[in-house]
Amino acid sequence: MPRPAIRDYSLTGPDGAAAVENGRAGAQWYATPIARARMKQLMQRRDGPAIRDTLIWFAALGLSGGLGIALWGSWRAVLPFAVYGVLYGSAADSRWHETSHGTAFRTRWMNIALYHLSCFMMLREPVVWRWSHARHHTDTLIVGRDPEISSPRPPDFLQLLLKLFAIPGGIKSLRHILLHSLHRLSPEEATFIPPMEHHKVYTLARIWLAILGAIAALCLALHSILPAMLIGLPTFYGAWLSLVFGLTQHAGLAEDVTDHRLNCRTVYMNPLLRFLYWNMNYHVEHHMFPMVPYHALKALHAEIKADCPAPYPSLFAAYREILPALLRQKRDPSYFVPRPAPARAPVSQAA
Amino acid sequence: MPQIIDLCATSDIESEDVIRVDREGHSFAVYHAPGGKFYVTSGLCTHEAVHLADGLVMEHIIECPKHNGRFDYRTGEAKGAPACVNLRIFPVTLAGGRVTIALS
Repeated sequence: MPRPAIRDYSLTGPDGAAAVENGRAGAQWYATPIARARMKQLMQRRDGPAIRDTLIWFAALGLSGGLGIALWGSWRAVLPFAVYGVLYGSAADSRWHETSHGTAFRTRWMNIALYHLSCFMMLREPVVWRWSHARHHTDTLIVGRDPEISSPRPPDFLQLLLKLFAIPGGIKSLRHILLHSLHRLSPEEATFIPPMEHHKVYTLARIWLAILGAIAALCLALHSILPAMLIGLPTFYGAWLSLVFGLTQHAGLAEDVTDHRLNCRTVYMNPLLRFLYWNMNYHVEHHMFPMVPYHALKALHAEIKADCPAPYPSLFAAYREILPALLRQKRDPSYFVPRPAPARAPVSQAA
Repeated sequence: MPQIIDLCATSDIESEDVIRVDREGHSFAVYHAPGGKFYVTSGLCTHEAVHLADGLVMEHIIECPKHNGRFDYRTGEAKGAPACVNLRIFPVTLAGGRVTIALS
């Protein structure tokens, strides 16, 4: 029986059940063989790089935010807030991500502290997203299993446009924070968050609600949106770069394969973008070996690149592939960009 | 009656490292702790069935290579999400440079 062109991406629908039945859920994924001694070197945790990068990040946030406050009321405040927004609403994306893996710092409490801070900045509830992201790594782009497929087929261009300002995700987050503060989970969340973690979801949602309520109250008291321009709104007005980065990871590539070389992109970027993105441009490497810290991904790339499809030379080159692919998927949802499978790639059934 | 299972030589594992040993239909993770002690746990993470021997040993913690599930391999205690269920541990006997366990 032919597969329907439009799939069900929900975690509670027939595609998810089929993935469990046919063994695509929780499958064994391809990994390039690397000697254990070298792998241990690559996985080593260090505090130095992340402390340096976090101090630079905080300083840049302080400087741009301070300038924004100083220039508030004039058009000259637009530029510092534009910078502040990207540092807040986009750079925090890669920070929550790396600390969710526990790989940013060697010292555990530093990972946890930055995780909670950057989760709040991205309006991503810490417990929910830890489990959601674990599932994303188990079942990357397996339809009906992966809760983080950013560009389902056929692509919805209006949604993508709104995602430039984090509107769909932000509204969903605010709705879910309210839901969780009432001690309830959505049916989808219940599929990947185990019961012993539910109380943490509820407690944190109430704390976040109190903080967001305090910001709103401060805005009302001051008759100004300035407090929200610093905390809360940058999640939205600074989100665009996060989407630009995020779409390069998987958009337009094969679903339902068990080889990250076929459904992830590695894109070369300049040092400024790599700082903002914490090296997640090495995305094949990250998915194949998620315990390798961001600061070692370039070295890991050198280790495995002979066994991977050619990386994209620039963000521009990646989008030269992504945009036509999304346009074609609008007409033909079964289309995907085939990545040249290196010799050792296992035979996978792409969809 | 417990079954004695010979797993490996002590020299097979570097200090602060882990290896995978499959015996009798079970997969085990054998650890060489800093200080010279040896420990054995079940070989698969309790979160999802991933081999812990591909993970990172840091002092007395083993981190799963897939999702960062962390366990104290001396006690099997899960140290935080996504590892929420403790690992099974096995008492170790060292004799003649070999690591053995009693499997009941």
